[in-house]
Amino acid sequence: MGKIASSSNKGGSGIMGWVNDRLPVTQFYKDHLSEYYAPKNFNFWYFFGSLALLVLVNQILTGIWLTMHYKPDAAQAFGMVEYIMRDVPWGWLIRYLHTTGASAFFIVIYFHMFRGLLYGSYKKPRELVWLIGMVIYLALMAEAFMGYVLPWGNMSYWGAKVITQLFGAVPFVGDSLVEWVRGDYLISDATLNRFFALHVVALPLVIVALVVVHIAALHAVGSNNPEGVDIKKHKDENGKPLDGIPFHPYYTVKDIFGVGVFLLIFLFIVFVKPDMGGLFLEHDNYVPANPAVTPEHIKPVWYFTPFYAMLRAVPDMQMGALIMLLAIVVLFFLPWLDRSPVKSIRYRRWPYKLMLGLFAVAFVILGWLGMQGATELYKLMAQVLTAYYFFYFIWLFIYSRNEKYHEVPERIEDH
Amino acid sequence: MTDNVNKSRRTLLLSTGAVGVVGAGFAAVPFLKSWLPSERAKAAGGPVKVDISKVESGQMLNVLWRGQPVFLVNRTDKQTAVLESLNDRLKDPNSESSVQPGYIDNIYRARKQNFLVVVGICTHLGCSPKYYPDLVPQQFDSEWKGGFFCPCHSSRFDISGRVFAGSPASRNLDIPPYTYLDDNTIEIGNDGEQA
Repeated sequence: MGKIASSSNKGGSGIMGWVNDRLPVTQFYKDHLSEYYAPKNFNFWYFFGSLALLVLVNQILTGIWLTMHYKPDAAQAFGMVEYIMRDVPWGWLIRYLHTTGASAFFIVIYFHMFRGLLYGSYKKPRELVWLIGMVIYLALMAEAFMGYVLPWGNMSYWGAKVITQLFGAVPFVGDSLVEWVRGDYLISDATLNRFFALHVVALPLVIVALVVVHIAALHAVGSNNPEGVDIKKHKDENGKPLDGIPFHPYYTVKDIFGVGVFLLIFLFIVFVKPDMGGLFLEHDNYVPANPAVTPEHIKPVWYFTPFYAMLRAVPDMQMGALIMLLAIVVLFFLPWLDRSPVKSIRYRRWPYKLMLGLFAVAFVILGWLGMQGATELYKLMAQVLTAYYFFYFIWLFIYSRNEKYHEVPERIEDH
Repeated sequence: MTDNVNKSRRTLLLSTGAVGVVGAGFAAVPFLKSWLPSERAKAAGGPVKVDISKVESGQMLNVLWRGQPVFLVNRTDKQTAVLESLNDRLKDPNSESSVQPGYIDNIYRARKQNFLVVVGICTHLGCSPKYYPDLVPQQFDSEWKGGFFCPCHSSRFDISGRVFAGSPASRNLDIPPYTYLDDNTIEIGNDGEQA
């Protein structure tokens, strides 16, 4: 007996030893925190990954609490939200944390994605990290859209109508597909109920699972950094990267600082300006859903507006829906569209810097245009910017093939 | 490993897998079909009777059928007189690719020339167009001859619900099935006798 026990006793002594022999907890802690070596030169752009995780936790926690006071019933939903706001103790705070959290999620995710663009984090060997991240982004858009329908305000109703109508653009089966998605001939109680199920159960499960896979894929290949240098090339005699530092305690402490700054801004908005002047919570959604009255100006919440502007820029509905879909699909192919061997923007030359900068500006202006009424000038602007959005990827594919770049250092230099 | 594949086992494995996939396909059916409109939803989508005796010439009545606004417009002769002349400016003047019952003609798009019954939902993205009855220039159209304008994405329709060229909507407004029960009563959602 004693012999067997001692031979399998690799996990250490005591209670942790007993547990480790059965479930390698300590090894897991080492692999992902205390001995996960991250490059030593992370800058502020690297806050957004951990902040996304924080917001996810916030959404799940406040979301669970909101379901305790809400009923997904077309006759009651709008009133339930008012009930949460006025009668439930602290209900207003829990709801504002959730609604502001939704916008914060996209702000953080857009920064997180732009970081990937700046430093080439999508490139070999991190293509899968990027692809999984893109799937999370898609799931998040579905999650946010369905969550927006639940308060059953008039903008919820008409937004749901416009978005589900997009399925009608599918050739041949479009109209029956729309009916299938809505579960009725119109947006109704049936639609609200299934969106609730998807928003509260199905999609959160998917998103959490995908986040685990996203981090697993990242930790398998290791993190990129602002220099775009591979830290695994130079290791010490113990096999530790010379330019790496353990994630814990170095980056946990750094991220906690980031969390502090983030919470300062986030909670300021929650307490002082939770509707952000109609940007985070739209005025038309303070009116109950009414199938007979269209809001003067239907628009999605700000995080969808760049794609909404593209949809409106095209005078044909099927083409518009296709363009909008392509705008997202093209991002999936980014690791293969950018053929330059250099990862970080720091070692790429001005044409790339200029084009990427314009790309970011175009995206932001499209987002602004998506919130405005449809005038001819705005439509023309949206058309030009949509064209540039796609042109950027074509240009990148051609330009990056024989791109001239500055020499990338072997190691991360001390600053 | 590939050298000594047991062929009968391999066949067994593949056929088991194939049966499993077919089984999963069958198992998916109830889950997918449960998303279709329920019997109750279908029943609630029944026909709606409307009394039109109080709709004055030039006025519009807005009623709900299957939760969608249906516009009933008592058109003036002035409004219907211009329909022919608009044909050049329309995407589909003869309503060839429209969603409408077979008993509806192509320009007036109604059972009775002066009385239009049309689904008040823009065929672009489902907003509800507004009724602009007057034949006067508008901000969105300097040659406006009366009709419907969608505030969401500026789709324009004439007084028969036919879409103007240059609008994001590509199809004329839908016409629901309807019938006259008597001179003053329309039933929406009912084709009448055998149409």
